[in-house]
Amino acid sequence: MIAFAALLDDLACAPGKGPQEALLRRYFGTVADPDRAMGLAVLTGAATLKVTRPALLRALAAERFDPVLFGLGHGFVGDVAETVALMWPERAGANAAPPGLAEVVRTLGATAAADVPAQIARFLDVLPAGARLWLLKGATGGTRVRVPAPILRAALAGLSAGRLTAGALEEVWHGLVAPYAALFAWIEGRGGRPDPGEGPQFHPLMPAEAVGVVAGLDAARWRAEWQWEGERVQLVAGPGGRRVFGRGAEDISATTPGLIAAMGFDAVLDGVLLTPRGRPHQVRLHDVLFEAGEDLRPLPFDQRRARLDAWFARVAPLGMDLSPLLDFATPADLAALHRAARDHAATGLILKDRASPYIPGRAEGAWRTWQRDSQSVTAVLMYAERGGDLSFGVWREDGVLVPVGKCTPDLPRTARATLDAWVRTHTLKRFGPVREVAPGLVLQVACDAAELSSRHKAGVTLRAARLVCVRPDVPAAAADRLELVLALARPGPSA
Amino acid sequence: MSPPHPQTWLYPRPEGLFCEPGGFFIDPLRAVDRAVITHGHSDHARGGHRAVLAHAATLAIMKARGVAGKASQAAGWGERIGMGEVTLWLEPAGHVLGSAQIVMAYRGSRAVVSGDYKRAADPTCEAFVPVPCDVFVTEATFGLPVFRHPPALGEISRLLASMALYPGRAHVVGCYSLGKTQRLIALLRRAGWERPVYLDQALIAMCAVYEAHGVRLGDLRPALAADGADLAGGIVLAPPPSIGERWVPRLGDPVVGLASGWLGVRQRVRQGRVELPLVVSDHADWDELNATLDEVAAPEVWVTHGSEAALIHAVGRRGIRGRALRLVGYGEEEA
Ligand SMILES: [Zn+2]
Ligand SMILES: [Zn+2]
Repeated sequence: MIAFAALLDDLACAPGKGPQEALLRRYFGTVADPDRAMGLAVLTGAATLKVTRPALLRALAAERFDPVLFGLGHGFVGDVAETVALMWPERAGANAAPPGLAEVVRTLGATAAADVPAQIARFLDVLPAGARLWLLKGATGGTRVRVPAPILRAALAGLSAGRLTAGALEEVWHGLVAPYAALFAWIEGRGGRPDPGEGPQFHPLMPAEAVGVVAGLDAARWRAEWQWEGERVQLVAGPGGRRVFGRGAEDISATTPGLIAAMGFDAVLDGVLLTPRGRPHQVRLHDVLFEAGEDLRPLPFDQRRARLDAWFARVAPLGMDLSPLLDFATPADLAALHRAARDHAATGLILKDRASPYIPGRAEGAWRTWQRDSQSVTAVLMYAERGGDLSFGVWREDGVLVPVGKCTPDLPRTARATLDAWVRTHTLKRFGPVREVAPGLVLQVACDAAELSSRHKAGVTLRAARLVCVRPDVPAAAADRLELVLALARPGPSA
Repeated sequence: MSPPHPQTWLYPRPEGLFCEPGGFFIDPLRAVDRAVITHGHSDHARGGHRAVLAHAATLAIMKARGVAGKASQAAGWGERIGMGEVTLWLEPAGHVLGSAQIVMAYRGSRAVVSGDYKRAADPTCEAFVPVPCDVFVTEATFGLPVFRHPPALGEISRLLASMALYPGRAHVVGCYSLGKTQRLIALLRRAGWERPVYLDQALIAMCAVYEAHGVRLGDLRPALAADGADLAGGIVLAPPPSIGERWVPRLGDPVVGLASGWLGVRQRVRQGRVELPLVVSDHADWDELNATLDEVAAPEVWVTHGSEAALIHAVGRRGIRGRALRLVGYGEEEA
């Protein structure tokens, strides 16, 4: 658990893919099984530390700490799990050895719910502060400890002394199961290639490189599409069977039965699942890799796209459509499209070199995404309108809360009910349908951009703000400072 | 006649903490006639005083910083000195080279002003000596129960492990010139790092003062004079503000580290955008503050810079009377 916690700490500070890969390579190269395999399982999401809810944290604090000291500590740290982890007394002379990750996951998984708090406390007694934090965060679901599969594969391939590439791992990835004995044996040259399983195979996806601007682009060379919000999927169907794979090569067929039922064709398609898994599906297709066994990947994009259009006109499977190609002539046209992305429910633009083949596994600039800007702000709820907007603010230097934006309360029904109840019990004043509330509830808000604005008291406003979630676990004092929001802001359209 | 309570003869004035029967101020904030200085950090050792009494190393540090008094008197550890009606002596505080607690005895009553202190082992200065007293004046820079500093040598092994992981990248670690720099170097030497340590210009003078006082720091070189090949795979120490300005552009793609006691809290780490946070502190952490207050066994404790409330609450539950002694202007140094 100590080595795994140190890895997560290091990953959180690592400035990019290269350092993340190096840290993972060191972890997989130095930690022994079964902890190493459990580490991989947790990082891929195949295993989890989550066994309880965040309420455990307050309960542990109430049982173990002086409430005044806990309050002062929490006021500084701003996070309950971290405050508990830091304050937990180191037991001098605790002579049990600190447990490994595998022992922690297995023990917690096998512990009856009523005994979980006591078991967690026993682990906390013998772990150092960093490991205590990740144990508490993991066990209460306070953090999703995941690393993107391509980074994991690159790190694991790096352990093979050059014999294997990340692409080779990708081809067998969906067939791997914890504890990955066959995988590690293959990587370390002790065994052969793991069997990726029967039936349709995953084909590595063509990734897109993120770009910030497209000024100076040769418009004639590129095609443009919207980048759709959703989960990138690969649909594989033919005589051998039907499978839906996620972007990390994971087989998600079991969670998309309706989609599987609609795949009565013989092709490998690239697209975006616009709907959550398990709901009636809507897939927007943008590329074709194979048609009736013919490998189309070496063809230039324009030819593949023509094949896709013709195929779709013929087959038109239920719940699928095509991602349209967008009209543009100049980089300025593209910039205008980019600004309009939100109106089309798109997360940005994707540009495709019209002459490029489908290049699996590597981002080589033939596909480029130009994402809508996005920023996240931790704000405090100030006003709530009945059936309408929430207004929120951040802290000015002098301790005054100043409003910086509004959003609609788009939340799942239960979360919405909790929010409404909170508003009712914390109302300070009413102005018609608008309630002013006590500054006590923290909202996580996303926006396209913070824009400087002389019309607003704060001098800044958040464009296209939307509510991500309510954060009852964060004290209001820990919300963002106005200086920070101003530092991220850019001139508004009127400025 | 019972001994006078220290609050009758030691109290804050606008200039700083004043010992009336001794006629001197301790770490005064403004220029005064007679000053006794605990240690050389800029928030404690200010310029412009007429007569300064301090440990010889602190006097040398003040001279190097250009804030020496017009007249200086050096005191050795434990050496009794009469100041008016008060007998005064210095005991080590374990914070930085020369850092001292000021012990004052007056008519059977004894007060100790600890300045800044720490209890963790530090090869670059004398270890803290607890002195029983009636009033103990403590700092509380890390006076919250969430501050528990890990062993510093463990943080150094993290630095060395990072150097092994990225052999081609220079490691530039932010640290302040007095105390933190020399402690990091000494810890690196203890951990077996014998190769040169490269220094930003701003750190060189203070290392020379340490060397002159017998603290061996090994092979130190000015980083500005070194070429890129030496620095790739090497360690550069620099004051934090100069890292982004000077060293990141010069070193290409360095691993940026920072040595600070605040980094034990993840929230602070996130704000700092530091790749290698090293939790190394010049100050006592929560457990050490509490253990020290128990050891000196003073019935009353005055708490200066930092978070007073938690410490006063905690000692109150053990029957010690705690009071906040607000002295504006302290605690503006790096911790
Ligand atoms: Zn100091
Ligand atoms: Zn200080």
